[in-house]
Amino acid sequence: MTEPNAQELKFEEALARLEEIVRLLEQGESTLDESLTLFEEGVKLARFCSNKLDEAEGKIEIMIKEGQIQPLEVAEE
Amino acid sequence: MQPITVSELTRMISSALADPVFQNLAVIGEVSNFVHHSSGHMYFSLKDAHSRIKAVMFRSRNRLLKFLPKNGDTVIAVGSVGVYEPNGEYQLYVEVLFPQGIGELHLAFEQLKAKLEAEGLFDPARKKPLPLLPRRVGVITSPSGAALRDILHVLTRRHPGVNVLVFPALVQGEEAPASLRHALELAQGTDCDVLIIGRGGGSFEELSAFNDEQLARAIAQSAIPVVSAVGHETDFTIADFVADLRAPTPSAAAELVVPLQSELRAAVGSYGVRLAAALRRKIGAERRFLAQLTKSAALKRPDFMVNQLRQRVDDLVTSLGLHTTHTSGLPLRRSRLGTFAGKLETLSPLKTLARGYAICSDEEGRVLRSAEQVSSGDAVNVTLYQGRLVCRVEGRVLHDGA
Repeated sequence: MTEPNAQELKFEEALARLEEIVRLLEQGESTLDESLTLFEEGVKLARFCSNKLDEAEGKIEIMIKEGQIQPLEVAEE
Repeated sequence: MQPITVSELTRMISSALADPVFQNLAVIGEVSNFVHHSSGHMYFSLKDAHSRIKAVMFRSRNRLLKFLPKNGDTVIAVGSVGVYEPNGEYQLYVEVLFPQGIGELHLAFEQLKAKLEAEGLFDPARKKPLPLLPRRVGVITSPSGAALRDILHVLTRRHPGVNVLVFPALVQGEEAPASLRHALELAQGTDCDVLIIGRGGGSFEELSAFNDEQLARAIAQSAIPVVSAVGHETDFTIADFVADLRAPTPSAAAELVVPLQSELRAAVGSYGVRLAAALRRKIGAERRFLAQLTKSAALKRPDFMVNQLRQRVDDLVTSLGLHTTHTSGLPLRRSRLGTFAGKLETLSPLKTLARGYAICSDEEGRVLRSAEQVSSGDAVNVTLYQGRLVCRVEGRVLHDGA
């Protein structure tokens, strides 16, 4: 089975790398250049994670049969 | 004929008894000679009218017993036959023990559980991790059940944007295992990155679809991590043991699968804040370091060090007796000095001045760092990148922003 969106960065991978970058920057042992590069990467990751949190559309669907998906009406309690 | 040793014979018997025929058996018999040894292991015999077999149930196994066997009890023992080689005795190694009254379903359950466990299907090492933020949650259950309503309710409460795809399946009755397997298979072809399989509470018989061997194997083979959510907290099914994660109830499964969106948002936000703070500190430290550098005498005048070097070269040339400038080495050295001077140049305050900063000094040429160093009416010199201004102080503001 091929993994869907295998090339796409996973949320947890992005969050883990972001955590690592914060740690590296806070240690303050990198050069200014490296720090700036890390910072840039960190900002991109934070934006990526934030977008990921927002991007799910809240679609509730049901697969009637193979390849046939339709919205599911959820009865309110 | 070449005789074999006792050990060799015993090992042959032992390997003959390793035949699957003697593994994972359910044996009914009466308990006799029961001894609960101080080591915690239980030793006894199982007998009927004509035969007797020795049995042992180790502490790791009998710890889970829900009753204490005693002589005269008729029991069903699930386990395998093996040889205790030092005594040349074959015996039943008991995994699970039930009083006689146990139903067939329970017995089949325990047998299947022991079998799959022996195959390593419950091994924690083969359990797949769940995604932190699922792209799409697949739910395999009855579309009309309370379990689905509970799951959807909790999923959307924790993360309003979560995408869910429901795979309807029968969850009880004879066709339920095949129906559940089919749904699981359909799910494999989708972009769901975690699956919940389950149903609400019911009797042991009603939950038995989740004790199906083929379903258990299908769950173990799923490429997508599976969370089992069958019945209540006290219900355990084979699906629970083989799933990547067991949730005590359908609602709990939803909680385990989807993180609180607000928590993750706060985590990402705090990382952002820490990033900015760390970089600001770094830049502050660099700036202080640079300030110290530019204070040093050598760097105040970039040509100072170059002249020093130039003189050293001249001295060397002199000491080597190479007075003439027609040597081939010297132009090269000079060009190196030029490069060096260029490097120094980039560190010197002149660069800073070129960007529009100015150096202010008093009439004695002392660089001013504080407004307190001068009084109104004093003359000061302002050095620009190009040229110099002669000024007079009209007033002072002693504090930033005051």
